[in-house]
Amino acid sequence: METGYRVNLMICGGTGCIASGSLKVKHALQEELAKRGLEKEVNLVLTGCNGFCAQGPIMTVYPEGIFYEKLKPEDIPVLVEEHFLKGRPVERLMYKEPEKKSTLPVMKDIPFFNLQVLRALRNKGLVDPEKIEEYIARDGYQAAAKVLLEMTPEQIIKEVKESGLRGRGGAGFPTGLKWELCNRVPGELKYILCNGDEGDPGAFMDRSVMEADPHVVLEGMIIGAKAIGASKGYIYVRAEYPLAVQRLQLAIDQARAYGLLGENILGSGFNLDIEIYQGAGAFVCGEETALMRSLEGKRGMPIPRPPFPAVQGLWKKPTVLNNVETYANIPPLILHGAQWFRSLGTEKSTGTKVFALTGAVNNIGLIEVPMGIPLRKVIYDIGGGIRKGKKFKAVQLGGPSGGCIPENLLDTPVTYEDIVQTGAIVGSGGMVVIDDSNCMVSVAKFFLEFTTDESCGKCPPCRIGTKVLHDKLVDITEGRGQPGDIELLQDLCGDVINCSLCGLGQTAPNPILSTIRYFRDEYESHIHDKWCKAGVCRTLTTFYVDPETCKGCGACARVCPQKAISGERKKPHEINQELCVKCRSCYETCKFGALKIGPGRLRGELIARAREKELKGVEQA
Amino acid sequence: MPKLTVDDLKKIKEEYKSTFTLREGGYRAKITVHMGTCGIAAGAREVMNALMDEMAKENIKDVIVTNSGCAGFCSREPMATVEMLNHAPVKYQLLNPEKIRRIFKEHVQGGKVVDEFALVAGSETSY
Ligand SMILES: Cc1cc2nc3c(=O)[nH]c(=O)nc-3n(C[C@H](O)[C@H](O)[C@H](O)COP(=O)(O)O)c2cc1C
Repeated sequence: METGYRVNLMICGGTGCIASGSLKVKHALQEELAKRGLEKEVNLVLTGCNGFCAQGPIMTVYPEGIFYEKLKPEDIPVLVEEHFLKGRPVERLMYKEPEKKSTLPVMKDIPFFNLQVLRALRNKGLVDPEKIEEYIARDGYQAAAKVLLEMTPEQIIKEVKESGLRGRGGAGFPTGLKWELCNRVPGELKYILCNGDEGDPGAFMDRSVMEADPHVVLEGMIIGAKAIGASKGYIYVRAEYPLAVQRLQLAIDQARAYGLLGENILGSGFNLDIEIYQGAGAFVCGEETALMRSLEGKRGMPIPRPPFPAVQGLWKKPTVLNNVETYANIPPLILHGAQWFRSLGTEKSTGTKVFALTGAVNNIGLIEVPMGIPLRKVIYDIGGGIRKGKKFKAVQLGGPSGGCIPENLLDTPVTYEDIVQTGAIVGSGGMVVIDDSNCMVSVAKFFLEFTTDESCGKCPPCRIGTKVLHDKLVDITEGRGQPGDIELLQDLCGDVINCSLCGLGQTAPNPILSTIRYFRDEYESHIHDKWCKAGVCRTLTTFYVDPETCKGCGACARVCPQKAISGERKKPHEINQELCVKCRSCYETCKFGALKIGPGRLRGELIARAREKELKGVEQA
Repeated sequence: MPKLTVDDLKKIKEEYKSTFTLREGGYRAKITVHMGTCGIAAGAREVMNALMDEMAKENIKDVIVTNSGCAGFCSREPMATVEMLNHAPVKYQLLNPEKIRRIFKEHVQGGKVVDEFALVAGSETSY
C-alpha cells in the first residue's frame, strides 16, 4: 500500500467485477475525487480478483478495511462526500458491519468445528508426523507402556470389550471380541495386521490418519499385539498412498531406533516388529481373507470362512486384522478407560466416527463426530448445507457396499443400528452428499460399474451377477428398460447377496436396492416414460424452453457451446434440437426456470414440428 | 540411539513439550503448514517454501515452522495455523505464497491477524 495517501481504495479489477461494471465505478470515482480535490489524499488502485465476484463490483477501503459491495456509478457522489470527505462510511453500501469484518470467528462459534470431537484425529494438524518426539509429547506411547508393563492380555481385552468399540473398517465387529477369540487360540506365532487399503471411492479417512499421525497406528498395533500374543505385524497400505507409506516407514524406523518396536520393548520382555506391505490398490484386497492372500504374495482373492482368521489367518497362523481408525482409537481408550470411551455415542455405537464428507456440500473435509449425531446436523451444520443453492436429494453412506438415505430420513442418528435400518451402512466413513441434479439410477450404475470392475472373479455369483446387474442398469439408463425390470433387479440382487463368497458380492447390490427403495419413481420413469427427470441420461432427456416462463434474456444462448439456442431479445428463445448435445449448460444457467427437462421422445417431436414449420414457410414464400 | 525406558518416555515428553508448545522454548510463535495429500495437491509445498524464504530473509530464529497433517477442512486447503505466544491459534485458509508472506509480515512480525485470509481462531475440542 502506498504511503502519503490518507485513504487507499482497492477496487476489484477481476473479470467478474469488470463484467459487473467496476471500470465504470472506477471512472466515476476518479471524476468525483478530482471534483472534490481529493486526488492527493485518496489513492485509487485496481486490484486482482478478490473472490467475492457475486457481490461485485466491490471495493475495500484502507486503513479501515471497509468493504463496499455492488457499487454503481450513481452511488459514487454520495460515497465520496460522506466517506472520504466527511469520514462517515456509508452503511447501506457495505458488505458487513465493519466490526464484524474485523472480529475473527472463534472455533466454538463455527459448527464445522464445534460439533466435532477429536479422538482418532486428536493429533491431526498438531504434531509433526515426522517427529516421534512430538507424538510422545502428546502422551504418545504412554498407553503402550501401560499395557506392556502393567496389564495382562485379559485385562486389555476386558477394557476394550467394555468400551463397546466396534471395528471402523466397515462391518462394525466388536474389537474386544475379535481380540478375545484370537487370544484364546493357542499358537507360538501370531500376526497383528492393519488394514490401510481404503478402497471405497471418495474415502480418505485412513489416509489422513496415516499421514497426520502415523505413530498412533503403531501404538494401537502394539496394544493389540500384546492382547493376542502376536510378535509380528504388517500394515497393508495401497501403493497409491505414497505419502502415507513414507511417513509410516519413517515412524517405524524411529520407533525401532527408540526400542518401541523390536525386542524387549520398554524393558517389558515383549517383542514386536512391524513392516509395511504395499498393495496394488484392488478393492477386494481390503477384504480380510483376500488381504491376507495378497500379503502372502498370492493373488488377492477371498477364501471361505470358517476357519476365521483368528484361528487360521496369514500363513495359516492366528491373525487379527483391524482398520487404521480402529487402532487410532485404542491408545486413548487404554489411557482413559472404557467408561470414558463410552461417554460419547450411544449404548450400542460408542465413541466417535471419522467421515470423509464430500459431494454437494459447502464444506468438504474430514470430520470426526460423536456417534448418534443426526445426519441432518452433519450435512447442514458441519457441511454448511448444499452447494450452489441446489436441493438435497440423498446422502450416500458406505460407498459401493452402502446405500442412499433420502431427505425424510435425515434425522436418523449416525449409529450402526439406525443406519442399517435405512438400508445403508455406516461403512468405513465415506459420506457423499447428492443434490437434485443427480439421477439416482445413474448413481447406482456408477457403484455397480465399480464393483463389476473390482470383482475378483473367483465366485460366479459376484463375477457374473454384478455384470448382469450393471448391464441391466445401462439398459435402463439408455432407454432399453422394460416393464418388470425393477422386480428382476430386486430378485437378482437377492441372489448375488445370498450366493457370493465374500463381502464384496454380498454388499455390491446395496446401492441398487436402496435407490429402488427410495427412488422407485425414478426407475419407473426411466423404464416406462423413457424420461430421466434429472436430465442426466442423455437418451432419456430433451431440454426445451418453456415460452411462458422465458424472459428472453439470452443467457442460455450465450453459454450454449453448440450455438443451438436462438431468439430475439426479450422474446422466448428456442433450442434447435438437431444441434443440442444435452450438455445441461443452458439448464444450469437459466435463472427463471424456463429451461425444462422433457422425455427423450420429445426431441423427435420437436424436430418434426420445426421441420413442418420450415416447410410451411417455404410453401408460403 | 539407546532403547527407551518408561522414564525416558516421560523425559522426552517434558523436553519436547517445550520445543513444540512455545511456552518454555523461548519461541514467540509457531507456524504450522498443513501438508497432507490434500494440502500438497492444493499447493502447500509452495506455501512452505515461501515461508522458509521469508524466515531466511529476515533471519528469524525465535519462530517455529513445522508441518503437520491434514487440518480436516480439505476444501479450504492450503491451510496454515499461526500460534502466537499467549494467543489462541489462528487458522488461515486458501493460501498461496503471496498470502503466507503477508501473514508472516503482518501477523507473525506485526502481531495483527490478517482477517482477509483467516478462517477461524481457537483449537478444536479433543476427547
Ligand atoms: C470388498 C471389501 C473391501 C474392504 N475394504 C476395506 C478397507 O479398505 N479397509 C478396511 O479397514 N476394511 C475393509 N474391509 C473390511 C475388512 O474385511 C475387515 O472387516 C476390517 O478390516 C476389519 O477391521 P475392523 O474390525 O477394525 O473394522 C473390506 C471388506 C470388503 C468385503
